[in-house]
Amino acid sequence: MTTLMKKLYRAAAALAVAVPVALGGSIGDAAAEKVLRIVPHADLKNLDPIWTTAYITRNHGYMVFDTLFAANEALEVQPQMVDTYTVSDDGLTYTFTLRDGLKWHDGAPVTAEDCIASIERWGKRDGMGQKLMDFTAEMKAIDDKTFQMVLKEPYGLVIESLGKISSNVPFMMPKRLAETDAFEQVSEIIGSGPFKFAKDEWVPGAKVVYVKNEDYVPRSEPASGAAGGKVVHVDRVEWIYIPDPATAMNALQNGEVDLWETPAPDMLPLLSSNPDIKTAVIDPLGTQGWLRPNHLHPPFDNPKARQALLWAVNQTEYLQAIIGDPSLYKACPAYFICGTPNETDIGTEALAAVDLEKAKALLKEAGYNGEKIILMQPTDIPVLNGASLVTAQMLRAIGMDVEVQAMDWSTLTSRRAEKKAPADGGWNVFHTYSTGADVQSPIANIGISGGGVERAWFGWPTDAKTEELRDAYSREADPAKKKAIIDELQSQLFEVVPYVNYGQWFQPVVWRSNLDGVLISPVPFFWNITKG
Amino acid sequence: MYVYIARRALSTIPVMLVVALVVFLLLHLTPGDPAAVIAGDYARPEDIARIRAQLGLDRPLHIQFITWLGAVLSGDLGISIFSNLPVSTLIAQRLEPTIALSISTIVLSCLIAVPMGVAAAWRVGSAVDTSIMIFAVLGFSVPVFVIAYCLMWVFSLQLGWFPVQGYKPIGDGFLPFLRSIALPTIALSVVYVALIARISRASMLEVLNEDYIRTARAKGQIERSVMMSHALKNASIPIITIIGIGIALLIGGVVVTESVFNIPGLGRLTIDAVLRRDYPIIQGVILVFSAAYVIVNLLIDIAYSFLDPRIRY
Amino acid sequence: MATTTNDRSISDPIDLPERPGFWTLFRKYCRRHPTVPIGGAVLLTMMVVSLLGPLFTADPLALNPINRLKPPGDAGTFGTDMYGRDVFARTLAGGRISLTVGLFVALIATAIGLAVGILAGYIRWMDALVMRVMDGLMAIPGVLLAIALISLTGASISNVIIAITIPEVPRVVRLVRAVVLSIREQPYIQSAISIGMPLPRILFLHVMPNTLAPLIVQATYICASAVVVEAILSFLGAGTPPEIPSWGNMMAEGRTYFQITPWVILFPGLFLSVTVLAVNMLGDGLRDSLDPRVARRMR
Repeated sequence: MTTLMKKLYRAAAALAVAVPVALGGSIGDAAAEKVLRIVPHADLKNLDPIWTTAYITRNHGYMVFDTLFAANEALEVQPQMVDTYTVSDDGLTYTFTLRDGLKWHDGAPVTAEDCIASIERWGKRDGMGQKLMDFTAEMKAIDDKTFQMVLKEPYGLVIESLGKISSNVPFMMPKRLAETDAFEQVSEIIGSGPFKFAKDEWVPGAKVVYVKNEDYVPRSEPASGAAGGKVVHVDRVEWIYIPDPATAMNALQNGEVDLWETPAPDMLPLLSSNPDIKTAVIDPLGTQGWLRPNHLHPPFDNPKARQALLWAVNQTEYLQAIIGDPSLYKACPAYFICGTPNETDIGTEALAAVDLEKAKALLKEAGYNGEKIILMQPTDIPVLNGASLVTAQMLRAIGMDVEVQAMDWSTLTSRRAEKKAPADGGWNVFHTYSTGADVQSPIANIGISGGGVERAWFGWPTDAKTEELRDAYSREADPAKKKAIIDELQSQLFEVVPYVNYGQWFQPVVWRSNLDGVLISPVPFFWNITKG
Repeated sequence: MYVYIARRALSTIPVMLVVALVVFLLLHLTPGDPAAVIAGDYARPEDIARIRAQLGLDRPLHIQFITWLGAVLSGDLGISIFSNLPVSTLIAQRLEPTIALSISTIVLSCLIAVPMGVAAAWRVGSAVDTSIMIFAVLGFSVPVFVIAYCLMWVFSLQLGWFPVQGYKPIGDGFLPFLRSIALPTIALSVVYVALIARISRASMLEVLNEDYIRTARAKGQIERSVMMSHALKNASIPIITIIGIGIALLIGGVVVTESVFNIPGLGRLTIDAVLRRDYPIIQGVILVFSAAYVIVNLLIDIAYSFLDPRIRY
Repeated sequence: MATTTNDRSISDPIDLPERPGFWTLFRKYCRRHPTVPIGGAVLLTMMVVSLLGPLFTADPLALNPINRLKPPGDAGTFGTDMYGRDVFARTLAGGRISLTVGLFVALIATAIGLAVGILAGYIRWMDALVMRVMDGLMAIPGVLLAIALISLTGASISNVIIAITIPEVPRVVRLVRAVVLSIREQPYIQSAISIGMPLPRILFLHVMPNTLAPLIVQATYICASAVVVEAILSFLGAGTPPEIPSWGNMMAEGRTYFQITPWVILFPGLFLSVTVLAVNMLGDGLRDSLDPRVARRMR
């Protein structure tokens, strides 16, 4: 024992001297291949972007898969895999021709049949896809590279739907995979996108690796948003999931990673003071916060009680608590978010103003009688955690009896599906948020759906007029008339109050200054980026 | 003696059965519904019900247990609900960092703590003793994540000696590997050093009071030889015992340290799985950790019977 | 470890010329074991401060987003946190929860451990069964068991207490059982049995008192470790509900701010460490003074 200990001591002493000397200099040895190391906003849990709406899986989808159409920086939809397309005069027949040289990662060419099967699978899961399928009579392949979509009646959102930028994105997959049941995950990840998924190197919960797809033929236009040429300038992209924000910040400062998708806003002053780090908001639409009341149970089954929330919510207070930096947030009462064509201020008075007395009066009219309000607080999502605290204080200020129930987000996602009364395991209020790209369209915005218990999103607002207006919007092609529908819809929404928008904020992205070419978009893309 | 070893080895079976039962029951009474989480934000109740049926979560509890136990015994820990990969694969992927971290921690802690304990016992009541004991108590009093953040700030950000996060496998070279586990090892060692130093001191004190030490001293043997060859040798059994029992403490620390330093080990896997209610992973990981604990302690017990002829069973 | 061999003489010190007063004994004790009064005083101060403090401070729960992340001195003695809450008020209020967790875990774990340990040590047929279950529980790493339990039952203070208590119980049971086994064969127990004393009476009057000294020491260690474990659980996202501050969840919430606005995590961390240190010192002192073997050596 003694001699062993002695040996160990000598070894340890030698190391103690050698290690700092040997390691002091070089951090991050220059590898032969160029690797882009990204800290994503979440861990990639599922690989099938049709099967789940999770944003992280959507981002993964954009790495591996390609789309027929894609939205550019200004959210105008452009052809991507499609070379040319025509619409018949009656507006019923769309004919699409694919670009030359499109190939799946397994080497097979991309065919029209593949695309039809992919659209069909997406049309079973996505809201906008379901709507498109309702209008579609049939899809048929003309030849290997051409297919037609025939509608039952004219529909204004065919191209917008196929070029939808956020979840679920209509990604194209080989037919054999696209024939998978839409409610099961595909068995392999074979796309035609600019990166290949390196399955062997995937460590769930820690690391995802993509390698450059050498066979990818980018479009000739410059990249813009999801549109344009997806030219890849690195050999590999590694997503390194770092759940602890302090660790992620330090890793970026230390040059161990190149880009961090979701830095906490409070870390920005420290990061900006570092000359090696750049900060920018790449999603100009930002994010909208939702305070979701449960429309099935008192007191929020009464529209007056929900209107009381509008008068009580002070967006600035929420934004200050969850973001803190006024340059990164905006008090914006519009349902379809500020900075989009659908922004309007009709009916926003109650949300724009704060009047607790009026809120109290409305609550009284609604017959609120001191019942306990169950507020679900997701403690593992800082923004929603903060918003829940602000709401609790606000509800108490207008005389409500609030019970804050702390839970993690995954528990919340199962609890919120519970339709029972709050006292029997249900709930009254929870918070979430949605990206501007999803919120700005009355069709894609799932929160305003008034389809009730059967079809509406958790919280189950019921309002026939909302549904009629959304339907009218989807059929309308004339921009002026569309605008009129938006106005009418918004004033209706402020009566019904499906959810209370507690503000709009902009999530900055931070990266090492040796990166160039980070694209402006609601979705982070990793083509077009050069690493110097 | 071999009868003893066999008996001791057999005694681990009921222990592991209890572990299995506890682990199984624990997670199947969880209120969070994995089906709802998997189905995603926009799922309808039908989707959730379908997924639940697919995963077998709708079957009676005892059927689930028997099915599960049978599979576990044949080496199949099930399929992760979230990543659709076999749990055994996921655990295998994560094993190396955790084992490396545990071993380096035990080695480092022993190298530091045993001499500390010996020194404290040797000069009991002196300033050396007092300051070592104060350190030992402090080690228990500061949560490991605070130590970890402080180390990260000083050694990575200010001095730039070590990386902030991540793990480099031994296969990538010994030096990068050592650098990547240096800070987590130090952070984890603090509690362990405190624990081992206390026990070392206590058991040394016990031994130093024995007659044969007095005899050795009276014979005029030099102090170092008394301390090392007589006292420490005889005090080693409680020290080794506490190392075994401390494995449980170590595992708790590993979970925290791996989160702070972003090491893709079993600890991170566990936390992720608990937050997502990925039942098969949670069960698998806790079983593996518990089995490790049981086996290490089994080996330690067996080692005694060879080391110390006084032990008779 | 701390098995008493019960070699103290039971006879009264009648040979002493004069019985020293309580305060003389107390002073003598404090001189010999200075960590006991120091640790005890710090713990007591913490308890009083956190119990009464919140009556005099700002509302620890009140949000004031406009006044967020103000450094100490500017707004409130210890500054404000990311929601503009008063860190001083929260630190004091946090002591209530942290100390409640620590004390209750210590109490419940020793109470259950005592009952189970005595039964297992004294009633032979129960021994094997109970100890296998305890071995099984001990084999499951405590922190893992606790996070699993909390994610099972939901975050509430009582659930956190239960989750921390369960992994502590087997250790207490083992300790108590070891003591019981060693005294079961003592002549006075044997004679108590032979004169037909009922079992509960034997257990209560003769067996239990012998376990008290090591139990008190063990309880202080459990208390200290429970306060730390509460912080670790909060850090891992499975601690006490964040709406009510505890030192642990304040540090967990504030860890993002460690390098930006360190006061958010510094003050609860300091209070926690000082308290745990004090409790551990108290435990060490008590152990030294209650364990006759250690005491003899220290002379």
